[in-house]
Amino acid sequence: MTSLIETEDIGKTYGSVIALSEVSTVVNAGEVTCVLGDNGAGKSTLIKILAGVHQHDQGTFKVEGEEIRFSSPREALDRGIATVYQDLAVVPLMSVWRNFFLGSEPTTRFGFLDSKKGKAVTKKALSDMGIDLRDVEQPVGTLSGGERQCVAIARAVHFGAKVLILDEPTAALGVKQAGVVLKYVAQARDRGLGVVLITHNPHHAYPVGNRFLLLKRGRALGSYEKSEIDINELTKQMAGGAELEALEHELRGVEA
Amino acid sequence: MTVTATAPPAADERLSKPRVMDQLVKRPEIGAMLGALLVFLFFSVVTEQFLSMGGAATWLDDASMLGIMAVAVALLMIGGEFDLSAGVMTASTALVTALLATQLGLNVWLALLVSLAFALAVGALNGWLVMRTGLPSFIVTLGSFLALQGLNLGVTRLVTGSVQVSGMRETAGYESAGFLFASTFQIGGTSFYVSIIWWVLFTVVASTVLLRTRFGNWIFAIGGATQSSRAVGVPVVRSKILLFMTTAFAAWLVGSINILRYASVQANQGIGLEFQYIIAAVIGGCLLTGGFGSAVGAAIGALIFGMARQGIVYAGWNSDWFQLFLGVMLLAAVLVNNMLRRRAERVRR
Repeated sequence: MTSLIETEDIGKTYGSVIALSEVSTVVNAGEVTCVLGDNGAGKSTLIKILAGVHQHDQGTFKVEGEEIRFSSPREALDRGIATVYQDLAVVPLMSVWRNFFLGSEPTTRFGFLDSKKGKAVTKKALSDMGIDLRDVEQPVGTLSGGERQCVAIARAVHFGAKVLILDEPTAALGVKQAGVVLKYVAQARDRGLGVVLITHNPHHAYPVGNRFLLLKRGRALGSYEKSEIDINELTKQMAGGAELEALEHELRGVEA
Repeated sequence: MTVTATAPPAADERLSKPRVMDQLVKRPEIGAMLGALLVFLFFSVVTEQFLSMGGAATWLDDASMLGIMAVAVALLMIGGEFDLSAGVMTASTALVTALLATQLGLNVWLALLVSLAFALAVGALNGWLVMRTGLPSFIVTLGSFLALQGLNLGVTRLVTGSVQVSGMRETAGYESAGFLFASTFQIGGTSFYVSIIWWVLFTVVASTVLLRTRFGNWIFAIGGATQSSRAVGVPVVRSKILLFMTTAFAAWLVGSINILRYASVQANQGIGLEFQYIIAAVIGGCLLTGGFGSAVGAAIGALIFGMARQGIVYAGWNSDWFQLFLGVMLLAAVLVNNMLRRRAERVRR
C-alpha cells in the first residue's frame, strides 16, 4: 500500500535561517502521525509545506506515491489534504451550518443558497462524527473551543479529505475539552483518514498516535512507531531528556 | 481508546437557556426596527404634517437617497471595510454625467454609461489598493476621498469657470433618463419620487444577495475572519473589490438621481455624507469590525434619519437638535450592537 503522504529528507530555509532540515516521515490511511516538538522546533514549517502554504527546497514530498510540490493551499485541498489551524478554523459570528459549508455552499437550481439542505447535511455530518448540536443556526462563537475544533474537523471529513492536518488542536483547551477533540481525531482515523496531529503535549499524542516524529530546532530528533516507545520515554525525549534532569537539579537547589 | 469523554448532553443543556437572546443575535436589525417605530410614533403625535401623505413623501424621499448608499455601505462594512469616498462619489458621478452632457453634448444615456464606468473603475481602484497594500481601508479611501474632492472642484472650475454645472434640461435624452431616475408617481393624489422605488429595490436585492447567495455568505466570512475564509477557499480579494465596486455603483445611482432631478450639480456636494452612510449602517446593526450586520437594517437606519430630519422641521424646532438626536441614536446603537456581538462571540472553553 502506498502511503498517503511520504516525505524524505525534506527541508526548508528562509534566507539564511534553516527552519527544517532532513525530516522524513509517512502518513498512512487510518493512522495518526504525531509531530511533537517545542516552540520553534519546525512543526509549523513542516505542516505548512504539507498544506501547500510553503514549498520545500530539499528532499522529496510524495502524495500517494507521486512526487509533488504544491503552489497553493487550494491545490493541497484538491488533493485531499485539509488543514485545520488552531485559531483559523471558523468564523465566530457566522452560524454553524454557514461555517460548515463556507467555500462550498450548496445552491438550488436558481443559484440561491439551499439553506434547508445545508442545515440538514451539517446536522447529519456532525452527528456522524458524534457531535450532537441541537441548533446549527447558532453562531459558532457560542460553541466552546473544543466544539469549534470539532466542527472544523467534521467539515474536513465531510468534504472528502484523505489527510487531515491538525495544528495544535488541543493547545488552548482544558483537559476535558482536549479529550473530546482527541475522540474526534480517533473517529477521523477510524473512518480511514490519515491524520497529522501537531502538538507539544505527549499525553495528548500518545493515546491516539501510531507514529511519533520528534522535532527539535528544525531537525528530526527521532521517529518512532508506537511499539518502539512508551509514554515516559516520549515525554523525556520531548522535554530534551538530559536537559530536564539538569533543570530539575537546579530547581531542587533553589528549594533547599 | 483512553479518551471517553461525552460532551453532547452537556452542550444541549447549555444551549436551551439563551435561545431567546440567540434569536435576537441573528436579527441585527431588531434594534433599528424598534427605534424606527419609536421615532415614527413620536413625530406622528407631536406634529400634524408628519403623518400626512405629503409629509410621508418628504421623509421617505430624504430616507431613500441616504438609504441606497447606506445599504451599499452596510454590505461593505459587513465585508470588513470602509469607504470614506462614498459621499464625494455621489457628486463625482453627477459631475461626470453633467459635464459630458452639457460640455461635450453627449446624449444623457451615453453620459450616464460613461460615468457608471468611471464609478466602477474608482471602486475597483479603491478595492485593489486596499487589498494590494494591506492598509486599513479607512486610510486608503480617505486618500481617494480627498483626491476626488480636489478633482471635483478643480475640473469643474477648469471647464466651466464656476463651481457648478447646470443646463442639463437642454441636453438630449434628459426627459427619458429623467423618467427612470427622477420622475414622480402618484398615490392618493400625492407625488412620491421614484427614488423611493430605487431604494426599496436596492435593499431587496442587497438583502437577498447577502442572505441567500454564496457571495453573501462570503461577505460575512471575509468580514468576520479573513484568514479563515481564505483557508477554506473563499476568493477574498475578488469579493472585497466587488464590494467596493458595489458602493461605487450605489454612488452612481444616487448621483444620477440628483443630477436628473435638479438638473444642476455643485462641485462641493456630498462631502460629509460618507459618515451619515456609516451611521445609518451602524444604527441598522452593522458592526464597525465587520462580519455582522444587515442590509434591511441599514435601510431602516436611513429611514430613522429621514423621519427625524423632517420630523424636526415639521415640529418647528431648530435643526440643530437633529445632531443631538443623531449622536444619541448612534451611541445607543453601538452599545446594543456591542452587547449582541459579545453574546455571539463569547468564548466558552
